[in-house]
Amino acid sequence: MTLSKNEPILSVKDLQVTFSDANGDLQVLNPLSFTVERQEFVGVLGPSGCGKSTLLRVLGGLLAPTDGEVLFRGEALQGPRRGVGFVFQNANLMPWRTVFANIALPLELQGAPDSEIAPRVHELIELVGLQGFADWLPRDLSGGMAQRVAIARALVHDPDVLLLDEPFGALDALTREQMGAELLRIAIDARGNARNGSRMERKTIIMVTHAIDEAVYLADRVLVLGPRPATIRLDVSVDLPRPREESLRYTPHFGALAQHLRVAIG
Amino acid sequence: MKDTQRVIFVIVSLLGMLLLWQLIVWTADLPAFVLPSPGNVARRFMQILEDGSLLRHLGVTLFEVLLGLSLGLILATLTGYLLAKSRPVERFLAPYIVASQSVPMVAVAPLLVIWLGPGLLSKVLIAALIVFFPVLINTIVGVRAVPEDLYALMRSLQATRWQILRHLEVPAAMPVFLGGLRVGATLAVIGAVVGEFVGADRGLGFLINVGRGMYDTALVFVAVFVLVALALALYGLVVALENHLLAWQRRETKDG
Ligand SMILES: Nc1ncnc2c1ncn2[C@@H]1O[C@H](COP(=O)(O)OP(=O)(O)OP(=O)(O)O)[C@@H](O)[C@H]1O
Ligand SMILES: [Mg+2]
Repeated sequence: MTLSKNEPILSVKDLQVTFSDANGDLQVLNPLSFTVERQEFVGVLGPSGCGKSTLLRVLGGLLAPTDGEVLFRGEALQGPRRGVGFVFQNANLMPWRTVFANIALPLELQGAPDSEIAPRVHELIELVGLQGFADWLPRDLSGGMAQRVAIARALVHDPDVLLLDEPFGALDALTREQMGAELLRIAIDARGNARNGSRMERKTIIMVTHAIDEAVYLADRVLVLGPRPATIRLDVSVDLPRPREESLRYTPHFGALAQHLRVAIG
Repeated sequence: MKDTQRVIFVIVSLLGMLLLWQLIVWTADLPAFVLPSPGNVARRFMQILEDGSLLRHLGVTLFEVLLGLSLGLILATLTGYLLAKSRPVERFLAPYIVASQSVPMVAVAPLLVIWLGPGLLSKVLIAALIVFFPVLINTIVGVRAVPEDLYALMRSLQATRWQILRHLEVPAAMPVFLGGLRVGATLAVIGAVVGEFVGADRGLGFLINVGRGMYDTALVFVAVFVLVALALALYGLVVALENHLLAWQRRETKDG
């Protein structure tokens, strides 16, 4: 596949999604168009029920658009692709699998040999800070730990695109901030893990969230969707330096960006 | 600690029942063909155990139960999966399945014996038919209850149909399915015995018929106790299987 460095990794043209059932048609996504660059972190904000999850499912190839086209690396998207990691709104772990086995799932499905799976999974466990919990079952994990497992699972097969659907939505404010910072450390700053120095290439991330400050703190760019049927109301670049420091949250510029988005959401 | 306590309770209550039974025999002064004493029953038990006939009949019934249970299980699981996954199949089959449930199996048993003869086949089929429904329902409920989000996860990982079955649907449906199996295992015993009542020349149900015909009530008691033991053993096996397969679900509660 020939792909120049500057070609967008995802490009969405006139995307439209309509759900039809016995009660008639529900238009969820109005024609939507945007592109996502390689290694860009795009935050998606929008009112509840406007179609954010639907958009993410289309981008992940889980749902076929009613109209319009989605190009992934320049090719029309047909079904889920390798190289995409999904994190769902709830941790979505398999309750019968241990932490280790949950994280190993993507590799198992790809048919990787056990000798490859074990070291890779332990590397991820360490990366998300769950050393010592490999044999735990999901029922014994806190919400934050479960979400770490979900993130490790999305990263284990080293995808270069991450689709995150309100990954920290169910967490308390403090844990959410902490998890956001860790996400940046792992997937964007690629500083790796201090302990074993593992590094990954910087990811392309599309993350749905309902928290404005989270979007500003994490993303390079924020899309604001309007109420259903959703259109793009606002497409804002977040020109804050990386790596993002915690103190950025309290600068006037951060406040102004958040304010701008707040007004756009209405 | 808790376990030994429970065992002691069971032993004490069993001994109590035996004592009560013996007391009734003594005080009511009933003839042995109405109510044999525990001693009578125990002697009869030893007798047919020693001449080998008990084990022979038990073996026959056990064989029928196991075949019937397996057949019912296989048919119910396959049908249940199809019904759970396909609306058209469900619409097509559901009326028959529901209707078949209002037919009492005991009433159908004579027909099956007439059609299939008094041999093994009719017993196996009756057992299988009785097992079928609860396992079918639990398979459907189990498969329908698999979380939509986990399907989405599997699809996002490009899992094949077979991988989805093996890594998602089977483990997710297992708790409800085993609940059906637990009921089915004891029902299979009932099915086989009903078949033997209707027409057979061997098996524990046949033994009960013989005992009744000859007013050998002690023999009836022996056969009933052995049947209870058989049903309990099967039930225990399923529970052991559950403990093994569903360890992830078991909560270790501090107070037992
Ligand atoms: N498979 C479906 N069939 C029919 N309607 C659907 C389906 N999936 C979603 N919808 C509807 O489409 C609309 C958008 O749903 P979606 O989940 O994308 O919204 P959302 O922006 O993610 O909402 P939230 O903020 O609550 O997560 C909702 O009204 C929902 O009821
Ligand atoms: Mg949503």
